[in-house]
Amino acid sequence: MPKKTSKKSTASKKKTTKKTSAKKPAAKKTTKKAAKKSTTETKKSVPKEAGSAIAKHMEKRFDTIREERRLPPSVLEELQTKVSKLDITKKEFDEICDNVIESYERSLVEPGEAVGTVAAQSIGEPGTQMTLRTFHYAGVAELSVTQGLPRLIEIVDARNNPSTPTMKIHLKSEIAGDRNEARSIARNIEMVLVESVASNVSIDLLRPAIDIRFDPELMDDKDLTVEAIAEAIQDKIKAKGEVEPGDNMIYVYPANESLAELQKLSEKIREVRVKGISDVTHVVIRKEPEGYVLYTEGSNLQDALEIEGVNPHKIYTNNLREIFQVLGIEATRNAIIQEAMSVLNEQGMDVDVRHIILVADMMTADGTIRQIGRHGISGSKNSALARAAFEVTIKHLLGAGIAGTRDPLRGITENVILGQLIPLGTGAIDLLMNPQIPTFSKKRKKTKA
Amino acid sequence: MISGLTTKKIDSIEFGLLSPEDIRKMSVAQIVVADTYDEDGYPIDSGIMDPKLGVIDPGQRCRTCGNRVGNCPGHFGHIELARPIMHEGYAKVIHKVLRAICRECNRILLTDEEIEHYQKLFKRYPEIGQKTATLSNEILKRAAKAKACPHCEEEQLKLKLEKPTSIYEVGEAGSVRLTPIDIRARLENITDDDYRLLGINPEAARLEWSILTVLAVPPVTVRPSITLESGVRSEDDLSHKLIDIIRINQRLRENLDAGAPQLIVEDLWELLQYHCTTYFDNGVSGIPPARHRSGRALRTLAQRLKGKEGRFRSNLSGKRVDFSARTVISPDPNISMNEVGVPEQIAKILTIPQRVTEWNIEEMKELVIRGPDRHPGANYLIRTDGRRVDLRFVKQRSVIADTIEPGFIVERHLNTGDIVLFNRQPSLHRMSIMAHEVRVMPYRTFRLSLYVCPPYNADFDGDEMNLHVPQSEESRAEARVLMRVQEQILSPRYGGPIIGALQDYISAAFLLTRKSSLYTLNQVNQLLATANFEGSLPDPAIIAPVPLWTGKEIFSMFIPEGINISFKANICRKCQTCKKEDCEYDAYVVVRDGKLQFGVVDEKAFGAGEPDSLFHRIIKEKGPTTARIFMDSVGRLLVRLITDRGFSMGLNDVTLPHAASQRIKRILSDADAKVNQLIETYKRGELDPNPGQTLLETLEQRIMATLAEARDSAGEVAGEHLGLENAAVIMAQTGARGSRLNLSQMAAVVGQQAVRGERISRGYVGRTLPHFERGDLGARARGFVTSSYKSGLDPIEYWFHAAGGREGLVDTAVRTSTSGYMQRRLMTALQDLKVESDGTVRTAPGRIVQFRFGDDGVDPSKSDHGRSVNIDIAIEKVLGKGRMD
Repeated sequence: MPKKTSKKSTASKKKTTKKTSAKKPAAKKTTKKAAKKSTTETKKSVPKEAGSAIAKHMEKRFDTIREERRLPPSVLEELQTKVSKLDITKKEFDEICDNVIESYERSLVEPGEAVGTVAAQSIGEPGTQMTLRTFHYAGVAELSVTQGLPRLIEIVDARNNPSTPTMKIHLKSEIAGDRNEARSIARNIEMVLVESVASNVSIDLLRPAIDIRFDPELMDDKDLTVEAIAEAIQDKIKAKGEVEPGDNMIYVYPANESLAELQKLSEKIREVRVKGISDVTHVVIRKEPEGYVLYTEGSNLQDALEIEGVNPHKIYTNNLREIFQVLGIEATRNAIIQEAMSVLNEQGMDVDVRHIILVADMMTADGTIRQIGRHGISGSKNSALARAAFEVTIKHLLGAGIAGTRDPLRGITENVILGQLIPLGTGAIDLLMNPQIPTFSKKRKKTKA
Repeated sequence: MISGLTTKKIDSIEFGLLSPEDIRKMSVAQIVVADTYDEDGYPIDSGIMDPKLGVIDPGQRCRTCGNRVGNCPGHFGHIELARPIMHEGYAKVIHKVLRAICRECNRILLTDEEIEHYQKLFKRYPEIGQKTATLSNEILKRAAKAKACPHCEEEQLKLKLEKPTSIYEVGEAGSVRLTPIDIRARLENITDDDYRLLGINPEAARLEWSILTVLAVPPVTVRPSITLESGVRSEDDLSHKLIDIIRINQRLRENLDAGAPQLIVEDLWELLQYHCTTYFDNGVSGIPPARHRSGRALRTLAQRLKGKEGRFRSNLSGKRVDFSARTVISPDPNISMNEVGVPEQIAKILTIPQRVTEWNIEEMKELVIRGPDRHPGANYLIRTDGRRVDLRFVKQRSVIADTIEPGFIVERHLNTGDIVLFNRQPSLHRMSIMAHEVRVMPYRTFRLSLYVCPPYNADFDGDEMNLHVPQSEESRAEARVLMRVQEQILSPRYGGPIIGALQDYISAAFLLTRKSSLYTLNQVNQLLATANFEGSLPDPAIIAPVPLWTGKEIFSMFIPEGINISFKANICRKCQTCKKEDCEYDAYVVVRDGKLQFGVVDEKAFGAGEPDSLFHRIIKEKGPTTARIFMDSVGRLLVRLITDRGFSMGLNDVTLPHAASQRIKRILSDADAKVNQLIETYKRGELDPNPGQTLLETLEQRIMATLAEARDSAGEVAGEHLGLENAAVIMAQTGARGSRLNLSQMAAVVGQQAVRGERISRGYVGRTLPHFERGDLGARARGFVTSSYKSGLDPIEYWFHAAGGREGLVDTAVRTSTSGYMQRRLMTALQDLKVESDGTVRTAPGRIVQFRFGDDGVDPSKSDHGRSVNIDIAIEKVLGKGRMD
C-alpha cells in the first residue's frame, strides 16, 4: 500500500516542478510551494498534541528537513504519519530521522549512472515474457482493449491512432448515482448513424428519391425523432438534396437525379451521424462504488468534455495524442506513465515507475510527443554516426556529408564505433595521474635518495 | 603496458564530400584498363587491381607504401569520367536546390531583403539552440515558389525529378532533360553565402561535387579477390562494378573523341550513369538492380553499410574480441554463485598478461617453466623490448625462465581465482553479463551455480555461454567491484533480488523447515558439515529419548543475526482471516533476530525474483557478501538434504482412487450435458445475448465458462486426494515447480484447448475434424480434452492438444522478434542518458530530461522494492521489535 501512494504523489509533484523548470532552470520556488502545500495537508492528519514539547520538537525537525529538502515529500509524509502514531522520546525521534535521512541518501543514484540503458532494459526485458494476445477483456466484458506487448509498443511509438481507443467517463457527482441520467448521457455520447437506426435504406427510382425507413424500437432506444434525423441529414448533404420527413420514414430528393449520384448520396446518408460524438461507437454503463461510469469504445476527448453532465475532471482516455492536443504535454507525460504502468502491471510485470518516468520524460522533453524510434528520438539525435548505426544508414551519411556536420562524439554509439571509452559510468570521469610528479614529500625524498 | 590507457582521444569527426581535386590528390593511380590480371596472373598496371592500390596477396610488398599485407592500409585510385555523372544519393538535394535558384543568374530566388533577413536568423538560431536545418528547408520551399528571379527577372521553369537521376525542365514547349553538365554549371555558380543559406556547408562540400567528374577507386584491400580451390580467382562485387564503369567510360571517351553521333553518346552516357548509380547503391527504386552472372544481385557500397549485417551494425557497433571462450554449460550445486567452473582445456588457452615484479618473479618463472601444456603455466613471454616469445616453440623453457627479470610480461594461463565475465545471449539486461571467479575444473563444460540461472535465463538443455577475460588491471577491478554476481543480486528493474533459490532448493527448504522435520545429532552434523558451518550447535528441541533438532533450528543457524521479518509463505491457503503465528499450515513465517520462529521456508522466503522476502531483507540489512554466503551455504545444505532423503515424482503421485475418478467423470458429463443444453437454447433462439455481443459470442463465452468451471471442480476433486506428502503437490505448493493447474491436468482432466483464446473451430467446412457432424458445437467437437495426461489422450484430443500447443510455439517465435525490436529502439533512444554530477539526467549534447532521476533521485536497484526508504525498518532499528505494532 505505501508504495502506491508514494508513486502517485511523486508523479503529481513532478508535474509542478517540470512545468516551471522547462522555462527557467531555477525551479526552486515552485518545488517549495508544492512541498508546503503537501505538508499543510498532512498537518491536518497529524493529531495535534498541543503543548507537548515533543510535538513541537518534531514539527521543528520536519520543517528543517523540508526547508533543506533532505527528503522527498512522499517519504516525509509517510514518516510524519508513522511517527505521530508512536509514543517516543526526543532522542529516539531524532535517531529515527537520522536513520531515514541516511538510508534515503544511500539510495540515491550515483553520477554517471547509465539510467537510460537500465530503463530500456527494465522495460524491454519483461517484453519477452509478455503475451502477444492482442485482446483482453479488461474490466468491462463487452469492451476489448489492446493489452500486453502490442499495447506497450503502441505507447512507445506514440501512434496517432491506437488500435483500441477507449474513454472512461465519470458523471458529475450530483447525478453519479442516477441510472437514468447515466443512460441519457450515454445516449448523447454514443455515435448513432442513420444506418444504425434505419431498418431499410433503399432507392426509389420512380420518384426518384432515397427512401429511409426507421426501426421504431431502435429510434425509441436511442431517443431519436424523425425530425432530428432529417435535420442532421440536411445539414450534411446541404444543397445536394431535399429532405422530407414522414412517419417513421424519410424521403430525400436529390438535386441531381442521375442514378450514380443517387447511389453516392445514399451511401453518404447511411454514414450521417445523427447523434452522439464522432468516433465513439459504443458506450457501456457500469455501476461502480462511486456511481455510474461510462466506458466507451472509441475516443474523442474534446467532444466528450463538452457533453452536459460529464465530470470533466475525471474523464480519461487512453489515446495519448488526444490528451496532448486537449490537455497538453504535462498531462501526456502522466498519461504515458499511467498507461505503460497499467499494461505492465496487468501482465504481472514488476517494473519500477522510475524507468517509465524516464521514458515518458524523454518522449515529452521538447514539448511535443516524440516517438521512441526512427521518426522520433533516435532520428533526431545529434550524431550522424549514431543515427546511421540505428536505421536508414545511407540517408544519414549522405546528409551529414552535404551539410558538413561536425560530430562532437559525445554519445555512446559514436564512441563504441571509434573504439573509445564510452562517456558513462566509470568512463564518464577523467582521472589521469602523472607518475613522474610525486605528490607526497616523503616520496620525493625517496626518489632523490 | 598492461593497461590500455588511452592518452589520445578523437575529439570530433567532420563529414564532407571529396572534391574532384581531393580525389585526384589522394589517388595513387589512374585506372583506365577494365581488366584485372594478365595471363600470368599478375595484376595489370592501371587496371582495376593495380599493385599501387595496395596488397592482398601474402608475401608481396605494396608498391606505394612498401608494407606487407597486414600493415598496408590500401590506397585509392581514380577514374577520370568522360562525362559528369550524377551521384544517385544526392539527386533529391540537387533537385531541391535547383528549384530554389535562378536558372540564369544562379542566385537564390529571394529578394535581397529576404536573404538578409534569413542571414540574420542564421546567426541567431545557433545562439538560441535551434537548428538551422529547419531554416534552410523554409528557404528552399519559399524560393521554389518564385515565378521570376528577383535579381535578373528571368522567368523560372518547373523542374521535375524523375527517379533516380534525371531532372527535366518543364517549359511550355515541353520538357527538356538537364544533362549533368548543365546542372553542374548552375551549381558551380552558386555563391558560398547562398550555399550556406541552403543548408550546405561550402567548406565541407559544394553541391557540384556530387556531380562526379572523377570517381575514386577504393583500394584492393576493400574488395579483396578470393582464390578458389580450383585456382580460379573470384572478384569482389565492387570490382565487377568498377570494371563495368571503366569499360563504358572508355567506350564513351572513344566515341566522343571519334565524334560519334549524339544519340550514341547519350546512350553510353546513360549507361555509365546506370553503372555508377548501382555502384553506389544497388537497391535504388526505379532501376533494375545490377546482377552477378549467377543472377544474384550485387552487394555494392550502400549494401555493405546497411542493415543488420552491414558495416555499421555488425562491425562498428559490435566487434569481435579475443580472449573469449564458449562452451556448453552444466550445473554444479557445490560452487559458489560467484564462481564459474572453467574446463582446463579452456584455461590453457585463455591468458592473463602479468607483469613480472620483484615479488612474483619466482612464481612467474615457475609458470614459464611449466609451459603452455601443463595447466597452471604460461603461453607467451613478452620481454622489455616488446619481443614476444611463444613458449610452444621454446625447447628449453628453464633457460628462458632464467632470463626473466622484473618488467617482463608473462601471459599466464587462466587460473582459479581470476575474474572473468560470463555471458548468455540474448543479453536482455545487465545481469546477462556478470563477473565470476574462475575455478579450473576437469571436463569440457562451463559449470555454474544454479542461483545464477534466473538472471541469465539459462537452463542445461544444451545452452552455451560465453566467457571473456579482462586484460587490464582497471577492467579486472571494475569487474570485481561492479559486475560480480553478488553485486548484481538486486535487480534494477524492481529493486528486489533476481537471484535466488529455485526448484529443488525450494522443495528441500520446505522439507527441512516443516514442523515434522526432526534430525538426530548425526544427521545435523552431516548437514552442517556439507554447508561448511562453523560454530556451535543450539540446544536440541527434543532432549529425550534422543536429542533431536528441528529443521527450523538448522535453517536458523545460517540466517544472520538481527534479521526480523514476517510474511506469508507460498503455501499460504489465503484464509479469510489470517491466524498469523497460529496458522495451522505453518504458512506464516516469522524470523526474529535471525531465528526462524514460525513458518516454513519456501519460494516466498528465498526464491528468485521474490521481493520483500527473507533473502531480500538479508541483503538489504547485511550486504551482498553476507547474502551470498547465506545462499551458498544454505544451498549446499539443501542439496545434501534432498539427495539423502530422496525426492521424486511418479505415476503414483498423479493416480487417483477409483471413486475420485468416478466423481470427476460425473462432473465432466454434467458439464457436457450443460453445454448441450446451452447449444439447444441457442439453436431454439432462446438464448439472451450479453450486452454488446452477438448470440454466438454469448454462447461461446457461456460454454467456455461452463467447461472452465468443470475443469476447476475436477481439479479440486483431484486436489482432495493428493495430500501434502505427495511430491508433486509439495512442488506446486511451495512454488518449486509446476502449478495446481498442471497437477489437475495430469491427474484429472486436461481441459479446453484454445487457439487465439477461442475454442478450436477451424479445419474442415463447418467442423474441426471429419469425426464430427457439421455444425457440432459440443464440448468434444471443439477441443475439450476430457482425458488426463496420466490416462492419456485419444487421437482426437491429441490433435486438438497439438493445435493449442502449436499456437504457443508460434507465439513465442513472433514475440521474441517484436519485443527484441522494441528493446533495440528503446535502447538507441535512451542509451545516451546519464546522471550528471549535479543530479540531473541529460542527453549526450547536455539537454536536461529530468532534474532528478525518477523525481526523487533514487536508484531503483538501491531502493527497497521501489521505496526509497523503508521507514518501518528505520523505526524498528531504533525502537526494537517489541515497541512496534
